[in-house]
Amino acid sequence: MIRLKNVYKEYRNGTHALNGLSLEIQDGEFVFLVGPSGSGKSTVIKVLTGEVIPTEGQVMVNGFSLVNIAEWQIPYLRRTLGIVFQDFRLIDKKTVYDNMVFAMRAVGASPREIKKRIGYVLKLVGLENKASRLPDELSGGEQQRVAIARALLNNPSTIIADEPTGNLDPARSLEIMTLLKRINELGTTVLVVTHERDLVNRFSERVVMLEKGRVIGDGVGKYGVNVHA
Amino acid sequence: MSMRKYNTHDIRYFFTEGLSSMFTHGFMSFAAIGITVACLLIMGTFSLIAVNADATLKKLEQENQVLAFVDESLTEAQARTLESKLLKVDNVASVEFISREEAKDAFASEYEDDPLFQNLDPAIFRNRFVVNLEDLSLMRETKTALEQVPGIADVNAYVELSDGFITLRNIAAVISMTLIAVLFLVSVFIIANTIKLTFFDRREEIAIMKMVGATDSFIRWPFVCEGFLMGILAALIAFFLQWGLYGLITKGVSGNDVFSIIQIVPFSHMWAPVALIFVCAGIVIGVGGSVSAIRQYLKV
Ligand SMILES: Nc1ncnc2c1ncn2[C@@H]1O[C@H](COP(=O)(O)OP(=O)(O)OP(=O)(O)O)[C@@H](O)[C@H]1O
Ligand SMILES: [Mg+2]
Repeated sequence: MIRLKNVYKEYRNGTHALNGLSLEIQDGEFVFLVGPSGSGKSTVIKVLTGEVIPTEGQVMVNGFSLVNIAEWQIPYLRRTLGIVFQDFRLIDKKTVYDNMVFAMRAVGASPREIKKRIGYVLKLVGLENKASRLPDELSGGEQQRVAIARALLNNPSTIIADEPTGNLDPARSLEIMTLLKRINELGTTVLVVTHERDLVNRFSERVVMLEKGRVIGDGVGKYGVNVHA
Repeated sequence: MSMRKYNTHDIRYFFTEGLSSMFTHGFMSFAAIGITVACLLIMGTFSLIAVNADATLKKLEQENQVLAFVDESLTEAQARTLESKLLKVDNVASVEFISREEAKDAFASEYEDDPLFQNLDPAIFRNRFVVNLEDLSLMRETKTALEQVPGIADVNAYVELSDGFITLRNIAAVISMTLIAVLFLVSVFIIANTIKLTFFDRREEIAIMKMVGATDSFIRWPFVCEGFLMGILAALIAFFLQWGLYGLITKGVSGNDVFSIIQIVPFSHMWAPVALIFVCAGIVIGVGGSVSAIRQYLKV
């Protein structure tokens, strides 16, 4: 479960990115996080992953309190999260399969676990035939599916994606969102940041709208209907 | 940074990653290993010179006893009474009286093939004491003290020779200490810089590892292993080079009459300590380099 309560974040240069933001996401939910550029969406994601420590307020993510988390606990928090970025962040010189191996080894998985799990997640994202390709030999949509597969490797309870379709054309974007929705249906909580109004409106899911570091709208299918960016 | 919490597959991973980084920066690794080898070789060579100078001193100590000749005017009986006086001199370990007769016999048997030296008149030899010293480095002072004993006419000692070896040993020690300290720092610095390159190369991988929840120590270990492997490799190369170099030098020295006084310790008597010291020093340099790089540059 994710709970932010009255969260403030002031960056070192004095920018107030979050201004008393409160938000709660239950296990198993699918949530779009939307809002204009600079409204604090990425900052929220960074707070949830422990990359940015809030200046004030309370943040609980999967049982970890992010305000007074010890440095050494952050890796363990991250193992409960699958993180996906706009730029995929794959290792160019490793094959799809080796990218997966790399991510699992990093958390100390045994070779046997690795073999079993990689086959499963690649099938889930529909790339079991492309395991031996290099990232360069895949389309953008396929690369993002690899990144999603990697995010699923350690069986996280939550997927957090910051503009996962930002680099993709509308058709690929819809595919990726549909994949995330399917993963959500398998029981994983999903939080997706996106700009794309049309895409959001093709799903009837909860939409949380930010502006100036605060939640200004929260409901199902409201983006572009009741709340305008 | 305890390794205990890691499985064998993790540890194998750390080493293969370390090894592959080493080859990725072939040239830098080559330079770093080369400098470390040079450091170890210089350290080893000067230590071995010191060892040999020491062995030669020991030999001199045993073989080149000091001879104290008794005044000609004393009878043999009077000469024998000097023994207790000589024993009181500082730094004297033991004395042995050798009469004219005995000296003559020893001389004759040494030149047994030469009829010219047989049937010599014992009167041309002098009564003498063979004096063994406790500390050879005090030979000069002891020689003077022995000469002060009434009834001793003359003292024969290889003062210059033993002084020379003591100086050699001390110079070898000072030079090796200084060079070792300097080269040690240089080696650590170069290894640290090689590993810094690896950080740069792997910054994306490091970011991904952090994203998926790798612990800081898990991220650091491959770099420690990289330094460790470079140190071990340098130690092995230096060991074999030292072996060959020592063989060459000792061959030159033993084939030369001028150096016949030098006691050469065979490498086979020293290979184990040399290998052990090289490996330990190599590991300290390698791991030292990676730890210093991690502290300065790896922000995890
Ligand atoms: N590291 C930083 N240091 C200083 N200011 C920052 C930093 N990161 C973000 N900001 C500022 O904080 C505010 C919120 O940024 P954030 O990246 O969270 O916005 P966003 O909603 O993700 O925008 P976008 O849709 O463009 O990605 C912006 O004004 C931004 O300039
Ligand atoms: Mg953003």
